Amino acid sequence: MEHLIDIVLLGLLMITGFAIARMRSLLAVAMLTSIYSLLSASLFVVLDAVDVALTEAAIGAGISTILILATVALTTDEEKAPRHTPLLPLVVVIATGSALIYGTLDMPHYGDPAAPVHMHVAPAYLHDTPTEIGVPNVVTSVLASYRGYDTLGEVTVILTAGAGVLALLGYTTRRRNIQGPGIRRLVVLRVIAKLFFPLILLFALYVLFHGDYGPGGGFQAGVIFATGFILYALAFGLGNAQRVIPYQLLRIMAAVGVLIYAAVGIESMLLGGKFLEYRVLADDPVTGQHLGIMLIELGIGITVASVVLIIYYGFVSRRR
Amino acid sequence: MDSVLDVLSWICLSGGAIFLLVGAIGVLRFPDFYTRLHAVSVCDTMGAGLVLVGLMLQGGLSLVTVKLLLMFYFMIFTGPTAVHALAQAALQGKLEPVVDDREP
Repeated sequence: MEHLIDIVLLGLLMITGFAIARMRSLLAVAMLTSIYSLLSASLFVVLDAVDVALTEAAIGAGISTILILATVALTTDEEKAPRHTPLLPLVVVIATGSALIYGTLDMPHYGDPAAPVHMHVAPAYLHDTPTEIGVPNVVTSVLASYRGYDTLGEVTVILTAGAGVLALLGYTTRRRNIQGPGIRRLVVLRVIAKLFFPLILLFALYVLFHGDYGPGGGFQAGVIFATGFILYALAFGLGNAQRVIPYQLLRIMAAVGVLIYAAVGIESMLLGGKFLEYRVLADDPVTGQHLGIMLIELGIGITVASVVLIIYYGFVSRRR
Repeated sequence: MDSVLDVLSWICLSGGAIFLLVGAIGVLRFPDFYTRLHAVSVCDTMGAGLVLVGLMLQGGLSLVTVKLLLMFYFMIFTGPTAVHALAQAALQGKLEPVVDDREP
């Protein structure tokens, strides 16, 4: 039965891929990439990787679609006809594809307990998480505690990406509300947006602080938080959204998130532990771990939300 | 009692599936944008709604049912709103509906 779901999902993925390759209208391609992300998210759920699925659904299907649409609005919605014959790209794709398929022949079977990836550090993480970290979600304990250095690096990468987009796009403050000509008539959309805005923020906070127990964490929560504000900006205009959460504040908050993360590390050094060794943060090691994970997830959430909103503001405030 | 719930839930699930199928056929077969939107909204509200109700009956009184109820709440609000926004956008984009003006 599960195989059937896999086959259907993979088949739909393939159809979507072909459709994306054949479409010339970039608006349709934006929607199709969103569908592609949603299908991959479903596939991740089937594979029991709910944390990844949540990320894929929030970032791939949500934020990237909005950013692609914003780009299309700034440029053109029609793809130019290719100038060269597709023969060489076809050969390259077929060669790469067959090399990849050949590579999978040597891979261990899915879920094989003897696979190398399950022999190295994974058993220790799985075995020690309940006693050392005390959180049910092992993904969070690996991401936030055992692999805290890597995650700090990832958050810094996100901050750098935000700074890069900022440097490329620039930002012009404009007094007037940037919105479509007829958006005032969309009363229903505005009422529903107003109704859902607090719920989205609440859900983001739930995902953030419930990440130890269920799927979720700082990355997903930050994106969901930003989505709430993007919905607000779409329904009420960018000017009003900036009155709620100004651009200058976002620029500071993006750095504050990373600083919170690093500060937790330095604090644990000051208390006599190693960098990002949370168990010294409280008297009880497990409580310390909880506190540390909570704080760094908060830092991740702040940075991710700010960077996503900075990029969104940058795209939308730009003149065509 | 259990079997009654089971039968009810299966009625809901298959009803939802029928509505989804009808909506999908409508999207393919209807002549213009607005009528197709009409078909899509059937999928969003009745199709997904009935499937969720069927799943709630399967879940019984548990956390799963509460989550499904929340999803139902979101679907029932966002689906029609999205279709409404699409129709408004199409109207503002001066997309004319196909009108059959032959004499009856």
